[in-house]
Amino acid sequence: MIWQFDIIILIFLVVTAVIALRVKDLLGASMVFGIYSFLICLLWAEMGAVDVAFTEAAVGAGVSTVIMIATVFSTTRRSKD
Amino acid sequence: MKFFGLLSVIIVGFLLLSATKDFPNWGDEDSPANSGPVSSFYIEKTEEKTKVPNMVTAVLADYRGYDTMFETVVIFIAGIGIIAVLRTYGSNESIPKNQVGDEGAGLLARMTCSLILPFIQLFALYVVAHGHHSPGGGFQGGVMLGASYILLALAYGLARAKSCFSEKRTLVFAALGIFIYVGWGVLCLVMGSEFLNYSALDSILPGGVEMARSHSMLAVEIGVALTVTAIMFSMFSNLSTKGRLDKGL
Repeated sequence: MIWQFDIIILIFLVVTAVIALRVKDLLGASMVFGIYSFLICLLWAEMGAVDVAFTEAAVGAGVSTVIMIATVFSTTRRSKD
Repeated sequence: MKFFGLLSVIIVGFLLLSATKDFPNWGDEDSPANSGPVSSFYIEKTEEKTKVPNMVTAVLADYRGYDTMFETVVIFIAGIGIIAVLRTYGSNESIPKNQVGDEGAGLLARMTCSLILPFIQLFALYVVAHGHHSPGGGFQGGVMLGASYILLALAYGLARAKSCFSEKRTLVFAALGIFIYVGWGVLCLVMGSEFLNYSALDSILPGGVEMARSHSMLAVEIGVALTVTAIMFSMFSNLSTKGRLDKGL
């Protein structure tokens, strides 16, 4: 475990989490959420939990992003607030 | 209202952060999770007793077989729930047949997908079949196999993907996966042992008690993969067409 690498990933995690919450465009928010999942996947792979990282890459970053985007297309693009 | 929201976030955040200092360090040998009798049994005895190098799969599919079985059932129920909520049967909004060929992506995306799809599916099958020797297993392989059909639907249109993986076939596969998993447990019962105690199957599987457990893990992972593949594709096709299953993204 390299702590400099950890710090970088964790900072990006917080940044992407805040962006995913703040951005008004739902399509953009779900894409940023995909980036968030990839960063968590990196963190787990780096900690040695390869199985969990694999699941996160396949489910969290891959399929759930696609499913969220598929759902976004059946809503209006921008949130009201 | 915003003030109270911020206040509760700060208080809860402070409590959570102050609790983290009681956690054991990363990789701490003396932490309860690492020093307990159960974990050390898994770490020391898994390869000897099951001939499976990947401890994670051995714990998931053998020692905690019930957990994985009901996780698969949860995925099955989630898929059935999405179908029950979203699926509509009616032809008032369906598109005419001659427009079906228009959907899907452009030429470049189609060519890329047709080049890359066989490799994705092959790798997914490898992940399922090799899950007890390397990272991976039924869930990951099943998700990748389902994602390959989603990619097919995105590139060539949902009609093309449904010609490979029709709605009926989806439901049959989803139920078949659960049936394989539970049936394997019942097979252990029939052979005169406990439910999901794979070592009872050494008389019908080759290679002794240890290899019987290893082979049983593979069988169970295949069941999980079938359910996950079918449910992932069914979720995507229902969500992207609002349950009409006619024209996707």
